[in-house]
Amino acid sequence: MNDMTMLERDVTSETSKISAKNVQVYYGDTHAIKDVNVEIEDKTVTAFIGPSGCGKSTFLRCINRMNDTIATCRVEGDILLDGEDIYDRRVDPVQLRAKVGMVFQKPNPFPKSIYDNVAYGPRIHGLSRNKAELDEIVEKSLRRAAIWNEVKDRLDAPGTGLSGGQQQRLCIARAIATQPEVLLMDEPCSALDPIATAQVEELIDELRQSFSVVIVTHSMQQAARVSQKTAFFHLGNLVEFGETGQIFTNPKDPRTESYITGRIG
Amino acid sequence: MTDTSQFQTPGSQPRSHAGSLLQTDARTKRRNAAERRFRLYGKAAIAAGLLMLVILVTTILSRGTGAFTQTFMTLQVELLESKLDKKGNRDLGDIKKVSTFGYAPLIKGAVQAKIESLGIEHDLKAKQLTGLLSKSAAAQLRNFVIANPDQIGQTVEFRFLASSRVDGYLKGRVSRDSIANDKSISPAQLDLVDALIAAGVVEKTFNLDFITGADASDQRPEAAGIGVAMLGSLSMMLVVLVLALPIGVAASIYLEEFAPKNWITDIIEVNISNLAAVPSIVFGILGLAVFINYMHLPMSAPLVGGLVLTLMTLPTIIISTRASLKSVPPSIRDAALGVGASKMQAVFHHVLPLAAPGILTGTIIGLAQALGETAPLLLIGMVGFIASNAPETLAEGLLSPNSAMPAQIYEWAKRADPAFYERAWGGIIILLVFLVTMNTVAVLLRRRFERRW
Repeated sequence: MNDMTMLERDVTSETSKISAKNVQVYYGDTHAIKDVNVEIEDKTVTAFIGPSGCGKSTFLRCINRMNDTIATCRVEGDILLDGEDIYDRRVDPVQLRAKVGMVFQKPNPFPKSIYDNVAYGPRIHGLSRNKAELDEIVEKSLRRAAIWNEVKDRLDAPGTGLSGGQQQRLCIARAIATQPEVLLMDEPCSALDPIATAQVEELIDELRQSFSVVIVTHSMQQAARVSQKTAFFHLGNLVEFGETGQIFTNPKDPRTESYITGRIG
Repeated sequence: MTDTSQFQTPGSQPRSHAGSLLQTDARTKRRNAAERRFRLYGKAAIAAGLLMLVILVTTILSRGTGAFTQTFMTLQVELLESKLDKKGNRDLGDIKKVSTFGYAPLIKGAVQAKIESLGIEHDLKAKQLTGLLSKSAAAQLRNFVIANPDQIGQTVEFRFLASSRVDGYLKGRVSRDSIANDKSISPAQLDLVDALIAAGVVEKTFNLDFITGADASDQRPEAAGIGVAMLGSLSMMLVVLVLALPIGVAASIYLEEFAPKNWITDIIEVNISNLAAVPSIVFGILGLAVFINYMHLPMSAPLVGGLVLTLMTLPTIIISTRASLKSVPPSIRDAALGVGASKMQAVFHHVLPLAAPGILTGTIIGLAQALGETAPLLLIGMVGFIASNAPETLAEGLLSPNSAMPAQIYEWAKRADPAFYERAWGGIIILLVFLVTMNTVAVLLRRRFERRW
């Protein structure tokens, strides 16, 4: 019991960026997310782990309302970003997604040049007043995504011509170019080899300086390496949420323990 | 059946892979044989298709190329002032009062003079001599005089079209045997033609007028051309392109990307597919009822033809556009939405450029289909009309009565004179040239778009 109060105090002492309260998600008649409450802090990496189909990606996509594109999907409860309900009727999801960027499981660069890939977001959001500023944003984003040195000489080459790991870093550069406050990553390394994975993980750690990062991952080692907070989802429930070290070394729930020791999942 | 028993080797477990790899077993042999048979069927099918194509192309070429050459007779005509301008004041109004009938004696005189100067013996009457020339010769002469009244009194050299019988004789369609019951030409006339060919007066040359000219009446197949019908077809294609492409693409983008998926859109979808299968003559009678009888648009006008063909082409464009939009991976839409693009920006900046080659191909295929369509034109009166002059403005091209290439071909094919039959084949060659060009353009544009990324 003492541990729990310690933990709660720990969480509230940090600045909460996103807070989800009693979130329910339905796909038609299927109840995919059941009563999830979670507080995601600013400038931390939060990992969502859990077996396939447990709803972690679904919950992630609720945070920037990507689920709006699925006709049968229905979200109940509140998700607050800086205290504002993102499912409020006055909220335009387009504006929300500029604040909450996303990196997808499969690298999906636009079939355009590397430059245009990164410049697209700033262009549509009007973040630059002239070409020079745009160039600067592109360079800064590519540098922060740790891919600048590899592509600086061929910014006009198509983004689809890069290797898988480079493509994913390009997608990360594209996501941070719009200067979001939260970065959602849906299994960003599942299509990458170990070297590219290491690069992306290093990058995530660095991005924590400026963003709140939420990452969905199937790899528990990865969650342990990159995150400060970990949430374990199982069958649509948020089973356990806490400090990463505590979840992996001293899980409170038997289901969490079984999962991280490899007995379920 | 007996597979398992053959597969088994004695003393081993059933269905095991025992036996040497160096020896092909019966089952593998059967599978290989089946594959070889299938390859053979495939090759035979392709060979059959190619054979059909070769037959088609050679038939069309062998029968149609004749239409591009025509027999001409070169004559010196003295433009007598006493016949053409009796008052002698070169007043255009007075000159125009002389009908083609008044020019006939000049031509008669020119033919006789020519034959006399060459010293060819014959016992033909004057009427039979002018019968060697096309009935359009007098009109050609009159048009020249009206355009150049200052030439009256001079002797001018003309290349007159020979009559279709003479032309047929040079092309091998008409022979002395085949004209036994033909009142328009006699063996004696053909003897004269032989002599004139030897003298270089009658010769067969390339005839640009077939490509650029207008259709001619039943009596003058030698003067008929497909040019005006071609303009009619092009005007219709313009209408189809301007209407069907934006409407079709807008409809497909809305249906595919924005419309909610419910029973109403389901019904719309089913109906679009059904429309694509509706016979074109149904669209023709619809056009007759709506555009001509109700909206009172002009009969036989390419505008109406274009509207009817638009209705017919729309389902094709919508279906192909939706298919190419569907083939754009959803990850691209996610990527665009993920960086905060609105749905419309995602569609217009990312999805549409990727779908463009497919849309383009669908549109060109739709246009090609519309270009070759005849049935709906029958019902709105674009068949059987003889446009004698090419339209001069775009508005005139759209609103004045005209025909279209396939309708013109149909019209020629049903006329009695075999000279028209040859022109029908020639028209088919031109139509095919158009279709092949369009498809080539489609392929080239597609390559270009695909190379851009």
